[in-house]
Amino acid sequence: MNYLADVGALARKDLLLELRARDTLPAMLLFVVSALVVFHFVLPAGSSDLAATGLLWVALLFTALLGLSRAFAAEREQGVIDGLVLAPSDRSAIWLGKALSILAFLALAELIALPAFALFFRHIDGTLVGGVALADVGIAAVGTLLAAMAAASRARELLLPLLFLPLAIPIVVGGVGASVADDPARYLGLLGLYDALFAIICWASFEYVVTE
Amino acid sequence: MIRARALEKRYGDKRILRGIDLDVGPDDFLLVTGPNGSGKTTLLRLCAGLAAPTRGDFELGVSRGRIGYVAHEPLVYRELTALENLDLYGRLYRISERRERIGMLLERFGLWDARHERVASYSRGMLQRLALCRAFLHEPDLLLLDEPYSGLDDEGALVLDRELTERAPRTAFVVATHEPERLRRHATDLLALA
Amino acid sequence: MSTWSRNNRLPALATLALTLTAAAIALIFFYAPLDEDGLNQKIFYFHVPIAFTAYGCFAWGGWKALRHLWKGEDGADLESYVAIHLGVIFGVLTLVTGSIWARYRWGHWWVWSEDQLVLFLVLFLFYCAYFMLRFSVPPGPQRANLSAVYALFGVVLIPVSVLAIRLSERFIHPVAFDKGGPNMAGSQFFTFCVSCAAMFSLAATLYNLELVGKRLDMRLRELREALQ
Repeated sequence: MNYLADVGALARKDLLLELRARDTLPAMLLFVVSALVVFHFVLPAGSSDLAATGLLWVALLFTALLGLSRAFAAEREQGVIDGLVLAPSDRSAIWLGKALSILAFLALAELIALPAFALFFRHIDGTLVGGVALADVGIAAVGTLLAAMAAASRARELLLPLLFLPLAIPIVVGGVGASVADDPARYLGLLGLYDALFAIICWASFEYVVTE
Repeated sequence: MIRARALEKRYGDKRILRGIDLDVGPDDFLLVTGPNGSGKTTLLRLCAGLAAPTRGDFELGVSRGRIGYVAHEPLVYRELTALENLDLYGRLYRISERRERIGMLLERFGLWDARHERVASYSRGMLQRLALCRAFLHEPDLLLLDEPYSGLDDEGALVLDRELTERAPRTAFVVATHEPERLRRHATDLLALA
Repeated sequence: MSTWSRNNRLPALATLALTLTAAAIALIFFYAPLDEDGLNQKIFYFHVPIAFTAYGCFAWGGWKALRHLWKGEDGADLESYVAIHLGVIFGVLTLVTGSIWARYRWGHWWVWSEDQLVLFLVLFLFYCAYFMLRFSVPPGPQRANLSAVYALFGVVLIPVSVLAIRLSERFIHPVAFDKGGPNMAGSQFFTFCVSCAAMFSLAATLYNLELVGKRLDMRLRELREALQ
């Protein structure tokens, strides 16, 4: 299918760009580990697992924001977005390709962050990892679209966290809940619902974000 | 191909274009002249479909995949090579025999030897040549060129002359320039913006 | 719509709104029976209708945003913006009245156990970001598109947030809270309905008022442009 081929070409392009520039991913890795270390000093003695898990999610969210703020940097700085928008491919392919690459960055960052968290704080289990995986999908989907919006504004990097954080609240609830609650299924369900709803609305509305 | 009546474009409170009428046929060559800031770039963006008119009638009879556009920016990724950039566009524009076409264009514009170098290392003239490659890659029916000669050295300009001469009879052109002398012999129409 | 009704719609609405609001206030303070909660109960008659009105404004804003994106309806962007603007005002009022209610009922100016209050806090943050977005993009079709998409996100966020907030309490507040809202007898329900109607008509009046003002501004600017 042509659409998937377009998405593949675009995602490949983004991964290739990061391979060449090597700036976003290393920054994300360093940031998340630094954040976790800071959190050790933030937590008072005898803090519960819940508090530590909560802080893990704070670290993940802000690491994601770091990566997302660079998501459309190349397109914006070099005006390439016009070239992509003009192509006959569906504009939503731009979103999907970019979101997939962001998803890859998040997964790579977590490959380091989760073991670090297990080392510094508490052991992690399947449901926590599952929650992180589902949350990543939502973060990548919504974050990519919002990054495109922020790129079009004057405020740029300032705007993205403001747009993103209220939308991230259900993700955080789902993620933390899946890690600490007795019945993680509900929370994973919340994450799944969020992902499905917002992925659809992002896919359908990206066209309008990049055109007049 | 393009028809516009009483076209107007405003950005916020500033009016850039007003009362523009256009009629561009399949083998017309419209030359758009005017000083800097007169709205040439805006007009081209409108023709490309990158901007929507504030008022007036605008009809674009060409599908997106048949339009070629050269802007002030070369619209390429600095960290990728010329080959990678053109390959991406080639895929997005569904070009058959992609590699052959890319090779042919790079050779024609004298970029074949530099094809594996990152675009970031290119000179201004090379960037412009790459932008032209990108625009011609899919053999568009409508070409929108914004100051196509800017940055080109004499050799590059000759190549462009040749391309234009070759394509003008079978392609529609809208070219914006503030030095119209070079292009006057191709032009079938003239639009002077204040 | 006939010229008469068009010219007189705003004054008619305003009259309706004022009448209903006066009626509501009268009912709230003189008619509705007192509960043991006393004054606390009265706040409820303001808080919930204001909350409903805010939801209505956000929903209307989302509807107009959809019209703008889908049908390219003229002026839908402005209407969406005004509706959301109004929604935020009513949202702030919801937070304020809710806070007062919390103070009376539980002794704190803020409680996390009231789902509606938390939801409005989240929505308040979300729609403030809407304004930041709107003010950082120059006016034009792009700003309209971005605002519309974000407004639609807001509409989807509301039910998802409700679910999330409810789920969050299971691990944030293990202590069971007495969550009972007032059960309403007939006369209380009547007062409540009048209050709702009053708030809705107030919102509708302000909506139309602001729209008239903004459209006038636009016309003025266009005329000035045309004369240049």
